[in-house]
Amino acid sequence: MATVQNNSPGNNDADIELHLLIDAIYLKYHHDFRRYAQASLKRRLTGALAHFKCRSFSQLQDRLLHEPAVFPTLLDFLTVPVSEMFRDPGYFRALRQVAVPILRTYPSLKVWVAGCSTGEEVYSLAILLREEGLLPRTLIYATDINPHTLQKASAGVYDVDRIAGFTEAHHKSGGSSSLSDYYTAAYGRAVFDKSLREHIVFSDHSLATDSVFAEVQLVSCRNVLIYFNRDLQDRAVGLFRDSLCRKGFLGIGSKESLRFSAHADSFDELAPDERIYQKWP
Amino acid sequence: MIAPETLPARIDTVVIGASAGGVEALAVLLPALPDTFRPAVFIVLHLPREQPSLLVQIFEKRCARPVREADDKEPVEPGTIYFAPPDYHMLVEKNRQIALSADDPVHFSRPSIDVCSNRPPMSMAGACSASFSREPTRRRRRTACSSPGRRRHRGPTAGQRQSTAHGSVSPAARPGGFRALAC
Repeated sequence: MATVQNNSPGNNDADIELHLLIDAIYLKYHHDFRRYAQASLKRRLTGALAHFKCRSFSQLQDRLLHEPAVFPTLLDFLTVPVSEMFRDPGYFRALRQVAVPILRTYPSLKVWVAGCSTGEEVYSLAILLREEGLLPRTLIYATDINPHTLQKASAGVYDVDRIAGFTEAHHKSGGSSSLSDYYTAAYGRAVFDKSLREHIVFSDHSLATDSVFAEVQLVSCRNVLIYFNRDLQDRAVGLFRDSLCRKGFLGIGSKESLRFSAHADSFDELAPDERIYQKWP
Repeated sequence: MIAPETLPARIDTVVIGASAGGVEALAVLLPALPDTFRPAVFIVLHLPREQPSLLVQIFEKRCARPVREADDKEPVEPGTIYFAPPDYHMLVEKNRQIALSADDPVHFSRPSIDVCSNRPPMSMAGACSASFSREPTRRRRRTACSSPGRRRHRGPTAGQRQSTAHGSVSPAARPGGFRALAC
């Protein structure tokens, strides 16, 4: 990271070792982090060094190559399992206002939540679609590269301590029902309704290496592109463009932008403040 | 104050971190920066995540230098003052582009000064701290921090230890003032 660049020889060695570690992950496990934004990736992997009690990225690489149990845990450091239901309520409110009226015109709907992490955004969208009367004719593809977080997402179980925050955000998002209609709480956990999951397909998919798999009317990919470098962002946005039907919708994170993207001309800004775009033409 | 001779010969980057009460210190510091000021300034403030930040509107009229809320992948421009957006960490890539992240909070804070200044998590006891760096160079980082006693706002850092990973905090000479830490 360059904000306050410590450019000592030791730091340069660490950069070389980091590069080799990322290459080793790709060669051994076919997960491609080579075009991830380096600053935050290095910080997360530095956190992994402490967890694995390694002094250097080279030591971690040695363990990664020779101990099969290391990679699944390391993947939790490489990906960012931080998510909340109805995060940025304004985004969901804007979806209701600008996207839902047009989505209503389709006889059946497909939605792609790319980088779904532990599933909070997927369930948020499923609840929104149910409130709008669209869920019965919708299939939501929820994809991520981390099988561990996909498993959590599929289970739909969250600490009950988080529910108050989810409820407040749901209310602010313009929710027309009570969030408690969609979960059952017991023993400190809340499990979301099976009837929501019946409309969701959880699947392994990498924006770095995989291709388009379906034509969809809405892509929601929030706070994922910030972890990619420009090249990988262009690849991911290209996948979204190719996957979206004509005039389909793309929603990204509140601090993400298509301004610097190679595909900026393929999208119109529909709700600029909430970063909702429409494929054009 | 930091003695000028202890600073790197050429400073490219200034990182300032503060709790919510730091707005007062920044109101003294930022308008004092002349329009010839060349380093990019990165500011991390602990603000409520639920509301949009008004810091740019507050400071852009009072500062000689351009003031912006940082956008992901935005190229860093010399002499520009960047505020970290609420609920995102702010970092800078080696190619001098801003990188935002939604990683876990550090010391209950997102954005975090530790993430922005690329140092291990530390307890930020003061109301305001700053790092200065020159790139590329070796260990030419200086950190300053105002005294905990000068804190005006009891934010999320209240009650944390007053020692840091980089040295102990010296008392500030005056409100908004900085004292050098060993680093």
